[in-house]
Order: sequence, then C-alpha cells, then structure tokens
Amino acid sequence: MADEIAKEYDVIVLGTGLTECILSGVLSVKGKKVLHIDRNDHYGGEAASVNLETLYKKYGNYAQGTEPWKEYGRLNDWNIDLVPKFLMSSGELTKILVSTDVTRYLEFKQVAGSFVQQGSGSKATVAKVPSDAAEALRSPLMGLFEKRRMKNFIEWIGQFDIKDSATHKGLDMSSCTMKDVYDKFGLEAPTKDFIGHAMALYQTDAYLDVPGGAPEAIEHIRLYGNSVARYGKSPYIYPLYGLGELPQGFARLSAIYGGTYMLNTNVDELVYENGKAVGIKATMTGVEPEMKFETRAKMILGDPSYFPDKVKVVGHVLRAICILKHPIPNTSDSDSCQLIIPQSQVGRKNDIYVASVSSAHNVCPKNYWIAIVSTIAETSANHHLELAPGIERLGKIEEQFMGPPIPIYEPIEDGTKDNIFISKSYDASSHFESTTDDVRDIYRRLAGEELVVEGLREGIQVTSEE
Amino acid sequence: MADSGNAPKPSSSVKLVLLGEAAVGKSSLVLRFVNNDFQENKEPTIGAAFLTQKCNLPTRTIKFEIWDTAGQERFASLAPMYYRNAQAALVVYDLTKPTSLVKAKHWVAELQRQASPGIVIALVGNKLDLTNDEAGSGGDGESPGVDGEGDARKVTTDEAKTYADEEGLLFFETSAKTGYNVTEVFTAIANAIPETSLKTARGPGAAHAAARSEEQRVNLNGARDQNAKDGCAC
Ligand SMILES: Cc1cc2nc3c(=O)[nH]c(=O)nc-3n(C[C@H](O)[C@H](O)[C@H](O)COP(=O)(O)OP(=O)(O)OC[C@H]3O[C@@H](n4cnc5c(N)ncnc54)[C@H](O)[C@@H]3O)c2cc1C
Ligand SMILES: Nc1nc2c(ncn2[C@@H]2O[C@H](COP(=O)(O)OP(=O)(O)O)[C@@H](O)[C@H]2O)c(=O)[nH]1
Ligand SMILES: [Mg+2]
Repeated sequence: MADEIAKEYDVIVLGTGLTECILSGVLSVKGKKVLHIDRNDHYGGEAASVNLETLYKKYGNYAQGTEPWKEYGRLNDWNIDLVPKFLMSSGELTKILVSTDVTRYLEFKQVAGSFVQQGSGSKATVAKVPSDAAEALRSPLMGLFEKRRMKNFIEWIGQFDIKDSATHKGLDMSSCTMKDVYDKFGLEAPTKDFIGHAMALYQTDAYLDVPGGAPEAIEHIRLYGNSVARYGKSPYIYPLYGLGELPQGFARLSAIYGGTYMLNTNVDELVYENGKAVGIKATMTGVEPEMKFETRAKMILGDPSYFPDKVKVVGHVLRAICILKHPIPNTSDSDSCQLIIPQSQVGRKNDIYVASVSSAHNVCPKNYWIAIVSTIAETSANHHLELAPGIERLGKIEEQFMGPPIPIYEPIEDGTKDNIFISKSYDASSHFESTTDDVRDIYRRLAGEELVVEGLREGIQVTSEE
Repeated sequence: MADSGNAPKPSSSVKLVLLGEAAVGKSSLVLRFVNNDFQENKEPTIGAAFLTQKCNLPTRTIKFEIWDTAGQERFASLAPMYYRNAQAALVVYDLTKPTSLVKAKHWVAELQRQASPGIVIALVGNKLDLTNDEAGSGGDGESPGVDGEGDARKVTTDEAKTYADEEGLLFFETSAKTGYNVTEVFTAIANAIPETSLKTARGPGAAHAAARSEEQRVNLNGARDQNAKDGCAC
C-alpha cells in the first residue's frame, strides 16, 4: 500500500478541519498534487459533528459502566457540532460552496430565526432582530420614536454608496467612526447594541471607535440584510446532518481532482532542510500491519494542533453543549435559531451566543433540540457563571456538556520562512466569515496571489454525460 | 423536470454509490455501464463528480446519479457524507480476491447501520472474465480460463450468493471488461427501488416532491443550477 503514496507532493495538508479542506479542494482544482492527512479516524478535526456516545466520551460526564446515550434514541441520528456556527446565506462560504459546486453534495436549510436579548435576568426580553424597515416599525425592541429613527437608518444603509459622498450624510467616511454615524441618526444605546452585535455581528464594542471604520460596519449590516433578503426568516442557513458535512464535501472535491486522503495517520516528524519544511514522516494505523512512510512536499499546511511550537494562544472560548426537549423559550417555537446576548446587556465585554438546531436539520431524533452556548472567556475561573446568562435562556436542560476553556491558537509566523502555513482555531463568532478570511489569508501567503473562487471550475469541469 | 416533454413516463433521480476495496473494478463497472467502454489500467478522470445514466423501465425512468469514490477508499478514508442518503449501493468485490469479499461484508454492515432504511444494495462479484465460467469469459481468447488453466476464481458463487440471500441483497457476478451482466445489475437495482423512496429523492429533481418539511430547504445555486440541469437533462 505504501507504494501508492507518491515520493513528492505539491502540498501536504494536515488536519481535515473546514479551513484545511477548503484549501485542499481549491488547490486540487487548480492542479496541485495534494496529500491530505488526519490523525483521527473521521473528518472535521475540531469542527466535526459527533454522535452522543462520542460526545459523552469526550466530556467524560457519566458514571463508569453506564451508557447514558442509550436513552436518547438512535445513536446515528445524532450529529452534534463541536463548533457551533451558521452560514450567512450571502456570505463568503456560500459563494465558495457555489463556485466549487460542493453544493452538489450537501443540502441546506434555513435557520428559522435570529433573535437578540435586551436587558438581563428576569427583566430580559428576547425579540426577533429586525432586518428591514418594515420589521423595525413592528419591533418591540424600540419605542415609537426610536422606531422611526431606526427605519431612517436602515433605509440609509440601503442607499449608502462609498463612492458617492452625497449619500454620506455630511460625514467624512475616511475618518468618522461608526459611533458618529449612529449619533447622526440619534440612535439610542440599546438600538446601537442590537445593530452592532446582532446585525453587524461584532463580538465586542471596539468597532464603535475605529476612525474610518464606518464603511466596514455598514458592509456588515448589509451582509446581514442581503442574507435575510435571500430566503427570508433569518440570514442563516445550515447543512443537513450538521457542520461536519462541510469539510467532507470539500475533501470530496479535492479527491475528485486527484487529492489523496489518509485518515488514522500520525505525523511522526516534520522533515526540514535549511530551515524549510520539505516533507513528513508518518504512520498510518488501523491497518495491519501499520504503515510507515515518508514523503516530500513543496509546502505543508495544517491546523494548529499539528504545530504546537509554532502557534500562540490568543484567547479562550467557553462552550456548553445542551440537549433540550423543547425549542428555546420566546423564539416562536423555532426549530432552529440564533440568539445573541450583547455584552453590555449582561455586563460583559464579549457577547454570548446561543445557537440551536433540531431534528429539522437531521442532527438529532424527533422532539430534541441541541443548543450551544458560547462566549469568549473573560475570567480565569467560574466559567460556568460567564455562560449563565445564555444557559438561563434555555429552560429545562436534559444534558449539558461543558469542558475547560478551549484555547484559540494563531500561527506565530506567516509561513513564508519555513514553508509551513498554519490556520487559526475556530473563533467564538457565530458564522464562518472569519474562517473564510483565514482561507483567503493562507492562500495569499502560500500562493502569492489573491484567491479568486468565481469560475474556479469552469473550463476544467468534465461533463458527466454524453 | 428531467423529461423533455415527449416522454410522458415519470422520471426520478436516484443516488447510487459504489463501495468496495480499491481495485475491485468499481470505476470500471461505471464506465462500462455509462459509456460501454473499458480501459485497462486507466486512471479515473479528474474532476468528474458524478456520472449520470438513465435506466428505462416499462412504467418509469430512473436517472442514476452515480457517485464514484474518487479514490477515497484507498486508505480507508471514505467520508460518511459519501453514502449518506444513498438510495442504492453497489458493493463490489473481486471474485479472484477473498479479502475483498470480507471488505464488502464490512461495507454492507456499515450501510445497514448508517444508510437510509430503504436502501437497495447489490453485491457484485466482478472480474468474472478471469474465471473459467462460460458466461463471463467473453470468448475473446484473452481469458486465462479457456482450457481449464489459470482459473483465478477464489470466491465461489455459492458462498457469495448464500451471504447475499441472508442479508437480502441483490447478487450478480459481472465483468466490467467484457460487459457481462453489467447493465443487468443496474436494471435490477432500478426495478428494486421502491416507489416510496422515489418520492423523497434527493437533489434538485426532488425539490418539488412533497417530502417532509421541505419548505425551508434552500437551493444555493439558484438559476445557475437550473441551467446546469437543463444541460445534462437526458
Ligand atoms: C478505471 C476508470 C475509472 C474511471 N473513473 C471515472 C470517474 O470516476 N468519473 C468519470 O467521470 N469518468 C471516469 N472514467 C472515465 C474515463 O476516465 C474517461 O472516459 C476517459 O478519461 C476519457 O478521456 P480521454 O480524454 O482519454 O478520451 P476521450 O476520447 O476524450 O473520451 C472517450 C470517450 O469517453 C467520453 N468521456 C470522456 N470523459 C468522460 C466522462 N468523465 N464521463 C463520461 N464520458 C466521458 C468521451 O465523450 C468519449 O466518448 C473512468 C475510466 C476508467 C478506465
Ligand atoms: N480482468 C478484469 N479486470 C478488471 C475488471 N474490472 C476492472 N478491472 C481492472 O481492475 C483494475 C481496477 O479497476 P478500477 O475500476 O480502477 O477499480 P476501483 O478501484 O474499484 O475503482 C483496473 O486495472 C481495471 O482495468 C474486470 O471485470 N475484469
Ligand atoms: Mg475507482
């Protein structure tokens, strides 16, 4: 079998997380010879979707000798995401899926609603995030006069053109801040809160005071609006059977263009020459006998777990995965939703996200819901208290899985020196826009050009039929 | 939708996957079925995600959407996504290689555990041309078995057939090389697909089928996909 592994590849990819799989898919389509390896026996790495037994075993929250997962229906009906995220329906990942035709292998459904919390504790209100002027006028999130101001603001966002200063309301877009823009419309603090956090999807308030930062924030609000406009209901879509399908879809794309896939394979050593990585020594297990092999590559890319001494910790995510037997209260019995609790509403610096999906997305048996609460750690202890405002929103919880804070890694260097290109960990954001930013960034570093996905497969695609 | 108007028979798309050890002849069986062609030691076409082929039955037309493994089985790295929602599976072994039948049995078990309940599975022993059997050797003189020498068969028909019957699988011995029994496998599968599972057929062809909670499904490709479908409508 070892003789089926080539002596040299253009790229060796380590880890089958989404970032890595998108990159190997794209590189394979562009004609690069790719070897893609994962130490696990499944695709997805940190971003896999797992069944309930695997989840219990990962968190270890059950008594030895018991099998609590057996009380929850068919094991194979469970596909629980380890990293909760949704796709923006007009976002980058959707564009990449469409232009690579990976949409052929996956089916998507809308997420039923996008909600935001105002206030905290027993006084908290949960309400739908208004996505257009008409919804703003009906929203319980604002008083009568504020509704008018919000309507004006939303209409202006629609007309705003960075190139046409007549649409700039007399503000200098190169220097003004988003706070200046809000003030121009006289918007109140709670309104700014849900615009910035539940529509522009900023996780902190840092964006408010960036000079010249308004156009970016406006772009974010527009992405939200365009995404809602695409299918209605919410700006989010979600793949049937869970997020773990996404890396598998891109892996198939890569394989179809000649990529070689090896799971169950440990990287024993990175081989260097003159300070540059030139190959790996690895062992494939799960076969009799184990297969040791060595191969070379012009470059190596992978997730942080394969390069512990080349990455740094930039923060920690807190996450609790909860199994429910009911939808999240006050979300109109949605089969799925996102609920954002803006930081200021609960006295924090970082927002708390609640993402919920259910049997409607083939991720669990009928009459169950999966809700994942997450935020960025702000303290070094009492992490369950940091998540509490989100947990409180869930009602009765059948089972809760919460481990220690999850470190977020970033590469120390950009890879041009040692030919090792490392991705970032998945952040706490609720969508994939930062993941696709990372894909673009890594591509730029390793290829020295911008990644253009439009028309990627045109001209190369083989017709499937006479 | 795939019908061009002059064909009034109902037509449905069926996802069919191929499973089995590397080099048993999965891709060759597809190539034989779709193109009526065979190529010795040919690497599969790069970039081909799907092959599609219609199967005309007396009362309906089945359009197979055939998913080849893209080589991901070689190092035991086939993604579960690949066989998810498959309505039919060809589990192939090489009847000159007993270990490949063991592997095939693993795949059958995996499908019974993971795949859609109504999936139609055909167990296929390929490379019949390498045996002495009258039927498969094709009579082109190339077969090693013509005068009793070099019969390479290592898995008896009985053994495989007994197993297939126990598990409720369709069973065929084929040769992708000579074409023997290849069309028959696909036709038998088409006939065995229950009407009910056609209603929930996946893919754009099934988008208007009244299946459970379809209303929220989204078609990311929009108009673009429509064109693509027209292009390959058979
Ligand atoms: C072992 C093996 C595995 C294969 N696996 C695949 C596969 O996984 N997916 C796949 O699509 N093809 C597969 N093929 C099909 C085969 O690769 C193509 O038929 C072949 O590449 C023809 O290309 P050509 O340019 O050499 O010849 P050409 O002269 O261009 O083609 C020969 C004939 O094949 C037709 N053809 C070419 N490519 C395709 C195609 N992709 N699908 C249908 N008809 C085609 C042409 O129209 C022509 O009639 C496989 C073939 C073999 C032998
Ligand atoms: N003699 C013979 N060889 C075959 C037959 N089918 C496939 N092969 C050969 O077996 C090898 C592997 O075939 P392939 O279709 O690539 O197998 P796959 O890996 O299962 O897709 C190729 O060299 C084929 O030419 C067959 O029916 N008879
Ligand atoms: Mg093949």
